[in-house]
Amino acid sequence: MLIKKPSDIKGGEITDKETYLDRRKFLIQASAALATMATGFAAPGFLEPSRAQAGIKLAGVRKSPLSTDEPPNSFKDITTYNNFYEFGTDKYSPARNAKSLVTRPWTVAVEGEIKHPKVYDIDELTKISPLEERIYRLRCVEGWSMVIPWVGFPLNALINQAQPTSKARYIEFKTLFDPKQMPGQYRGVLEWSYTEGLRMDEAMHPLTILAVGLYGEVLPNQNGAPIRLVVPWKYGFKSIKSIVRFRFVEKQPLTAWMKSAPHEYGFYSNVNPEVNHPRWSQARERRIGEFTKRKTLMFNGYGDQIASLYQGMDLKTNF
Amino acid sequence: MLNSQFKTQNLKFKILQVGAFLACLIPLGLLGFDAYTDNLGANPIEVITRTTGTWTLVFLLITLSVTPLRKLAGVQRLIKFRRMLGLFTFFYACLHFTTYIWLDQFFDLHDIIKDVMKRPFITLGFASFVSLIPLAITSNRRMITRLGKRWQQLHRAVYLIAIGGVIHFYWQVKADTTQPLIYGAILTLLLAYRLITARGLRTTGALRTPTRPVVRDNRVRN
Repeated sequence: MLIKKPSDIKGGEITDKETYLDRRKFLIQASAALATMATGFAAPGFLEPSRAQAGIKLAGVRKSPLSTDEPPNSFKDITTYNNFYEFGTDKYSPARNAKSLVTRPWTVAVEGEIKHPKVYDIDELTKISPLEERIYRLRCVEGWSMVIPWVGFPLNALINQAQPTSKARYIEFKTLFDPKQMPGQYRGVLEWSYTEGLRMDEAMHPLTILAVGLYGEVLPNQNGAPIRLVVPWKYGFKSIKSIVRFRFVEKQPLTAWMKSAPHEYGFYSNVNPEVNHPRWSQARERRIGEFTKRKTLMFNGYGDQIASLYQGMDLKTNF
Repeated sequence: MLNSQFKTQNLKFKILQVGAFLACLIPLGLLGFDAYTDNLGANPIEVITRTTGTWTLVFLLITLSVTPLRKLAGVQRLIKFRRMLGLFTFFYACLHFTTYIWLDQFFDLHDIIKDVMKRPFITLGFASFVSLIPLAITSNRRMITRLGKRWQQLHRAVYLIAIGGVIHFYWQVKADTTQPLIYGAILTLLLAYRLITARGLRTTGALRTPTRPVVRDNRVRN
């Protein structure tokens, strides 16, 4: 396993992280204001503060018993082979194009059927729970998989702060919509902004996390910075990236892929080797870095932890 | 005098032919180079499958462009490249098929058969590939003379194969259908040209008395 050895002096001891981030924010905002005054408009991507974010080491990340001990894929593979249609539909485009995404400042709205609706600043949101490393398998609906060392915190920490009412049965997630930053949105490949959803018990499950980091560092843009969902027993597209809104709702949300091809992508989209995609088999997968395919595991191998969520449900009709 | 002129022309043509042959190998060369320098990305097998499939379709469309280009641009000699282009289509199709059988499925016959039977996009790709085989086998001069009129009938199957190939691509794509639609649009143009000229020839009776009796063998009119 590739766990980076922490340096003897923590970054936080040299400069308090809060001060440091505040200074960064001040500098960015001040220079943005100056640039706006000078030119009359703010050029998109002119300052690119997001580029400075990715790669910053995250402090105080704890290990988790929920991690797999399988060897993780390389940082390079994880950050150059991405499905993120907001930056192009082939898997090599996001790494090239995602620089245009500005992840600071970033706000996340938490709203709907809850007692405490709130708009969080991203740096506030990442502090609601201690950060943990979660090494998870990721299975893409296209038939490939990786092992990824995420850094994040359980989604249930946010849910507990929000205090859902009895009406809240699902959460609807939304990705940022801003074609200037996400040029893929100029094309109507999917209905923007990207929408996903989870049932409340799925969202509350300790395996479900909000990831803000990768390999101990701030999440690169192409992997869904600044904050993304990770639900390891579902196909990758359920794990929505660059989230700007959580809405607690009564009715099952209609997701982007359900709108695009309802007979191919259902709401649950649990990894299931027995239920094939209408156009290809889901029985096996190619683990990135391996030559021959391996068998796909039911619920991506997380069955003993989450199978009870779906007891009595027909997974063929609820695909 | 005349003889030497003919000879230099012939030499020029030979050089052109060898050049075209080598040019047709460039996509394979680039793929090989990327593989050698470890530049095929995180999922090399997917890249190889996609690249060989793409070039199969590109060569198929180029092959089908020969006749319209000959007629519209009046470059009769293009016909001499058509067989080579057709065989390169088959060559890249073989690479694509081998990639699937070997690198993707690793000779798992059970799974391959299941795939071919159950997955329409694989069924269609497989059928298109198999249909190319008789065309490739009968592409030499001996078979052309031996089959006579039936040769032309047989080789018209390439139109169906091309349609099959483009649909195979379209069905494989998850959401962004731009690329297969571009291939489909080009193929539609190429097929429309043939429909129009076939009708034109029939009504003017030009089918029997060709205005340009330049080409000797009977492969020209499809």
